[in-house]
Amino acid sequence: MTIVLEQTDAGGISAAFLSARKSAGSPAMGMVMTMVVVVPAAGAESAIEAAQEAAREHPSRVLTVVIGSARGASRIDAEIRSGSGAPGETALIRLSGEVAKHSESVVLPLLLPDSPVVVWWPTEPPADPAADPIGRLGTRRITDAAEVSTGRNRAMLTQCRSYAPGNTDLAWTRITPWRALIAAAFDQAPGKVTGIKVTAERVSPSAELLGAWLSDRLKVPVSWGRSDGPGITEVALATRDGEIRLARGDGRHATLSVPGQPDRPVGLRRRDVPELLHEELRRLDPDDIYAATVRKLIKMRDTPRSTTKKSAAKKASTKNGAARKKADKKPAGRKGA
Amino acid sequence: MTGNPLRDPQDRRLPKVAGPCGMVIFGVTGDLARKKLMPAIYDLANRGLLPPGFSVVGFARREWADQDFAKIVHDSVREHARTEFREEVWGQLAQGFRFVQGDFDDDVAFDQLRQTITDLDRVRGTGGNHAFYLSIPPRFFGNVIGQLEEHGLADHPPDTWRRVVVEKPFGSDLESARALNETLSGVFPPEAVFRIDHYLGKETVQNILAMRFANMMFEPLWNANYVDHVQITMAEDIGIGGRAGYYDGIGAARDVIQNHLLQLLALTAMEEPTSFDARSLRMEKLKVLESVTLPRRLDLGTARGQYAAGWAGGVKVPGYLEEPDIPDDSTTETYAAIRLGIDSRRWSGVPFYLRAGKRLGRRVTEVAVQFKKAPHLPFHAAATETLTHNALVIRVQPDEGITLRFGSKVPGTQMEIRDVNMDFAYGGTFTEASPEAYERLILDVLLGEPPLFPRHEEVEQSWRILDPIIEHWAEKGRPEPYPSGTWGPSSADEMLAREGRSWRRP
Repeated sequence: MTIVLEQTDAGGISAAFLSARKSAGSPAMGMVMTMVVVVPAAGAESAIEAAQEAAREHPSRVLTVVIGSARGASRIDAEIRSGSGAPGETALIRLSGEVAKHSESVVLPLLLPDSPVVVWWPTEPPADPAADPIGRLGTRRITDAAEVSTGRNRAMLTQCRSYAPGNTDLAWTRITPWRALIAAAFDQAPGKVTGIKVTAERVSPSAELLGAWLSDRLKVPVSWGRSDGPGITEVALATRDGEIRLARGDGRHATLSVPGQPDRPVGLRRRDVPELLHEELRRLDPDDIYAATVRKLIKMRDTPRSTTKKSAAKKASTKNGAARKKADKKPAGRKGA
Repeated sequence: MTGNPLRDPQDRRLPKVAGPCGMVIFGVTGDLARKKLMPAIYDLANRGLLPPGFSVVGFARREWADQDFAKIVHDSVREHARTEFREEVWGQLAQGFRFVQGDFDDDVAFDQLRQTITDLDRVRGTGGNHAFYLSIPPRFFGNVIGQLEEHGLADHPPDTWRRVVVEKPFGSDLESARALNETLSGVFPPEAVFRIDHYLGKETVQNILAMRFANMMFEPLWNANYVDHVQITMAEDIGIGGRAGYYDGIGAARDVIQNHLLQLLALTAMEEPTSFDARSLRMEKLKVLESVTLPRRLDLGTARGQYAAGWAGGVKVPGYLEEPDIPDDSTTETYAAIRLGIDSRRWSGVPFYLRAGKRLGRRVTEVAVQFKKAPHLPFHAAATETLTHNALVIRVQPDEGITLRFGSKVPGTQMEIRDVNMDFAYGGTFTEASPEAYERLILDVLLGEPPLFPRHEEVEQSWRILDPIIEHWAEKGRPEPYPSGTWGPSSADEMLAREGRSWRRP
């Protein structure tokens, strides 16, 4: 059932939740968390869909907060949905006027008691999520550096610099299958690695994290290669016996090569946002490995990059200004990994 | 694995992916393989948990080519898989499908099987690691195991493994269980034998351990001081269907009490293991099973029944004796109830009632721990008339979850106390997250992690418990008929009534 409220407040929304639940006939629904989704008006619908999809696995109260212009008189409109096949309950809350600057005051009373709070920014994350007024309410904060509209080259680094326990970026989630395959390949041939090369499309926060993770764990510097994507296209680890290589050209199928063994095909699909959220919501404690990886990435970015091909390096440096500007504009439909 | 710098216990996003390996399925044309195993293998691949290059060799009598095999598997995966069908996952998996046609005593076929495996090692990189899944009637086990040995399929170079997976029944009494074990252990070492009891792969069953040992509020009550008795039920609403050949002569006790119900009893009653590795779990389960005692009078402490024609859930159904291929004088029980005790400080004097049956009221498996009544109730007797025992019910299937029953005041009355239920639904709190039991178990076989597989000693203990009961029944003529769609024969109700108790209606 859907309840539409105009010019309301947190108390009104709370009461609507209760009455929607009662009329659905299940006064207690075993919700496990509150998820707050902060979106600009344009992205609200797809974000709600993704959040609802994620809520199938983790029934939760999903509060989608659309923060509008801060000019004019305060106004809160809300749309409450409950029952109708989907577990949990959702509210779409639109804020405009002065209250847009105090969105946390609307969210705070609506958090479920004694359970985790997850804040997700599907598109434009604050520079420091843990210091953000709504971000502060969360035990987990999820950003997506691959989805920012401007400054894409710097977006990941910005998130790394403002890392606080509980933060993760979906660019990190995207590389879990890559990491799993490389780690599994390494289970078989744990030799000394002498070189790491990560090849990806030009702007790929995921590739940077993957390189930083490998470099951090294997204590070997990374060199970077560039391709037309999509996302990451190849990871190669040089060992004494030969090269361990995981290559994916089409964003779906990959080939794993391990020295002394035949090449093996493996499905390595780029996952969509609801799937990434599923993975995120399974762990609600701080991700220590992510923390170590972002520390490493900052260190790597603060020292000059090494590029394998000299010509490529040269090209990049001469074209750098233009390229960066271009890169900062996000082409539609491109994701990090 | 130690020494892999990319692994870190803190990094819990990284799934455990088995090393290079393959699986050979005997009896691949059977129902189990098509409806459970193959879909589970696909689901594992879809979740990225199978090693790249994972291969499946089907072995059966039918004349199929590799493509026919892939086609059949494709259709069954489409129909039965839990996760979404994805062409790229299927594509890479299907490349590793092979089919070997032959009988279980066909030397040529086993030579060809060995050749196929060697080829897979070369082409797909399965690395000499293979699991043999015997999805076939136990009478063929000896044949197949013998052939595997004879054709060198059980031998493996160092640093590779061969494992064998068998399904229940693990024998039909202590003697046959021992014989089966001798067959297996003559060729494969005990740690390479995986006995699948798919109940143990269920999330709710594993949750029994989590609930008992991760929480503070249950364990203090989990003993004879507070627990009155425990009821473990596995009820099916269906009849024997087309399984007459398997079921007749086996019966409810051998079919499910021996494995599922006694394992549930062990998990419910065992002491805290020192850790959750296979050895410690097995030690504790074994201790409980060893201290299980039978009722002194088997005629009073057990009950059995056979379903008769009747109406079950609005459908007119035939009785057991009228089912096709069942002899008119069959004494096979389709309902069995037994009362067991556990001789330990924790459980002394607490009866464990186990019941299993077909064509009962509805399909349900649960463990119900019934607590004692409060020693003194400071209320008027009339106020607590409808208050019964507090209970904690672990629902294993369907609708997995936990129910807690306790007394509460009825609103508006002066003081009237009545039972209420508090419900935790697994499906409500973690929807869709529960993998099928077979996924978990197959993955554990490939990883070589045995905690969820009963070992030979446990199987022997369970037959030690059951054998005297089955012998007693064999001497006592026919089981009592009960109408289909009800909760079993009246002798089962009397068995509890004699002790002042009654069965829960699950």
